Amino acid sequence: MSEKSEKTEKSEKSEQQRLSVFKTYKLYVGGKFPRSESGRVYEVTDSKGNWLANAPQSSRKDARDAVVAARKAVGGWSGATAYNRGQILYRVAEMLEGRREQFVREVAEAEGLSKSKAAAQVDAAIDRWVWYAGWTDKIAQVVGGGNPVAGPFFNLSSPEPTGVVAVLAPQESSFLGLVSVIAPVIATGNTAIVIASEKSPLPALSLGEVLATSDLPGGVVNVLSGRTAEIAAPLAAHQDVNAIDLAGADDVLAKELEIAAADNLKRVLRPQPVDDWSATPGIDRMTTFLETKTVWHPTGSLGASGSSY
Amino acid sequence: MPTTAPTAHALADVTASDSTLRRFLHGLPGVDAVGLEARAASLGTRSIKTTAKAYAIDLAISMVDLTTLEGADTPGKVRALGAKAVHPDPTDRTTPTTAAVCVYPDMVAVAKEAVAGSGVKVASVATAFPAGRAALDVKLADVRDAVAAGADEIDMVIDRGAFLAGKYLKVYDEIVAVKEACGTSARLKVIFETGELSTYDNIRRASWLGMLAGADFIKTSTGKVAVNATPANTLLMLEAVRDFRAQTGIQVGVKPAGGIRTTKDAIKFLVLVNETAGEDWLDNHWFRFGASSLLNDLLMQRQKLATGRYSGPDYVTVD
Repeated sequence: MSEKSEKTEKSEKSEQQRLSVFKTYKLYVGGKFPRSESGRVYEVTDSKGNWLANAPQSSRKDARDAVVAARKAVGGWSGATAYNRGQILYRVAEMLEGRREQFVREVAEAEGLSKSKAAAQVDAAIDRWVWYAGWTDKIAQVVGGGNPVAGPFFNLSSPEPTGVVAVLAPQESSFLGLVSVIAPVIATGNTAIVIASEKSPLPALSLGEVLATSDLPGGVVNVLSGRTAEIAAPLAAHQDVNAIDLAGADDVLAKELEIAAADNLKRVLRPQPVDDWSATPGIDRMTTFLETKTVWHPTGSLGASGSSY
Repeated sequence: MPTTAPTAHALADVTASDSTLRRFLHGLPGVDAVGLEARAASLGTRSIKTTAKAYAIDLAISMVDLTTLEGADTPGKVRALGAKAVHPDPTDRTTPTTAAVCVYPDMVAVAKEAVAGSGVKVASVATAFPAGRAALDVKLADVRDAVAAGADEIDMVIDRGAFLAGKYLKVYDEIVAVKEACGTSARLKVIFETGELSTYDNIRRASWLGMLAGADFIKTSTGKVAVNATPANTLLMLEAVRDFRAQTGIQVGVKPAGGIRTTKDAIKFLVLVNETAGEDWLDNHWFRFGASSLLNDLLMQRQKLATGRYSGPDYVTVD
């Protein structure tokens, strides 16, 4: 064998032998990427049943840790200016744009879509972040304002975030649906614990990586994957969770969770029939997780001189 | 188990002079730091669940010295703390009371009134807490003040400067003097501020020094420095009290303080106690937690065990 042919063979061999680097999908809790506390994983397959990856199968303790992280983040996030929140949400869109290819692939695999259809979904999801980024400093003007009262008072209503919101992401729409339920919750200053779609959690877990690099403070969004019913039950009963969005629950589970959630009077958003997540969402998902604070402020009565001073 | 009267004090001649004391303290076996930390860490991996956990939580609550040591302490805050010590969870009267409330000397009278008739003790820090930098007269006056106001327990700090300079007898004499000022009515806890003693060997020496001088309790730290109670230094002190009882028959209590914030941590410490010193110390007469935020976490865990639902900070007091 000549020296030259030996060399060529070697280089061919090294190209062939490059080992594939599999990605370890992890949870996103408190700005970090832990494995499940339970150490469990489950197999995630594409729409045809081919193995894609192992995703962490979260336990109730992961849910508890996520609540602690989310609660810790409430002060900073709800206290940030609406303008700043808008900037950060827009930054999420920017970061997603840079990883568009990856998400197109993951959505296509997860939902069994053609590449072009998956691309449309991802584009719509990126646009949705931009849409909600614009809403952060405008929602207060729409749902709050001055109220006319019969007395020497200014009476002002302003929307305030509810606090910690548990979100069951839609089961079918693994990315556009997911973004459509997370963005409205955090746009208004809540923090979220998101249970990814049970069957196709990979886009959600990858979204965690995007959020971590978008200036979003740790703990504002926490992503858990696993059996929806197993994780949702302790969250619905948790006394330190203020609201729950049941988008990803079936009828039976939704009923159970709503009963558990009643114990500390959580706000509950029941599963809504959604045909098409790409339709313009409206502001309902934001207002559901807002509370209205009304303050009375004396105007000072006019004296004889015509001045209040 | 109650302590037995010491049979002829085996270590009486140790404290005869500075040099004998130094010879004794430096003659104590050196601490295997890696082994100590590994042992503390391995004991921390025990899984305590269900009924055992419920028992441990109640035991831990009954061992808490509920503490407020701030410049901003007001009589109102101390009264609130006293009320919490007596009824840690007002919604569940089966919750045990805490062991004591721990305050500055000038707040002892207020605290005493707040816990009157409940069996909760009042502990007071004294001797120029937390630095311990004052003349002996001033320290003793501080102690007498607190005892006169009705303190059941005195938490003194040792003079770390003297200890680190090797003036062991000075430290010893000071503890003896404070013990005398406590009289028979108050138990004496001696704080070493382990975070400032630098080495495990020093912690072992300080423990023996404190016990020789007549401490009723040895306590890790003030809670005012960066490093407070850790499983390793508490384990070391537990070994010291175990060995001291074996030699002299005198039982001494241990109180880790500062930095213990979660139920999980507290249970790890209880495991250390049980495995090192033994069951005799699993009682609030012999083991305490110096803590404030720990109690809230214990109560939340207790509520979780009772209801099956995770509780939240909205359901315990803010303090």
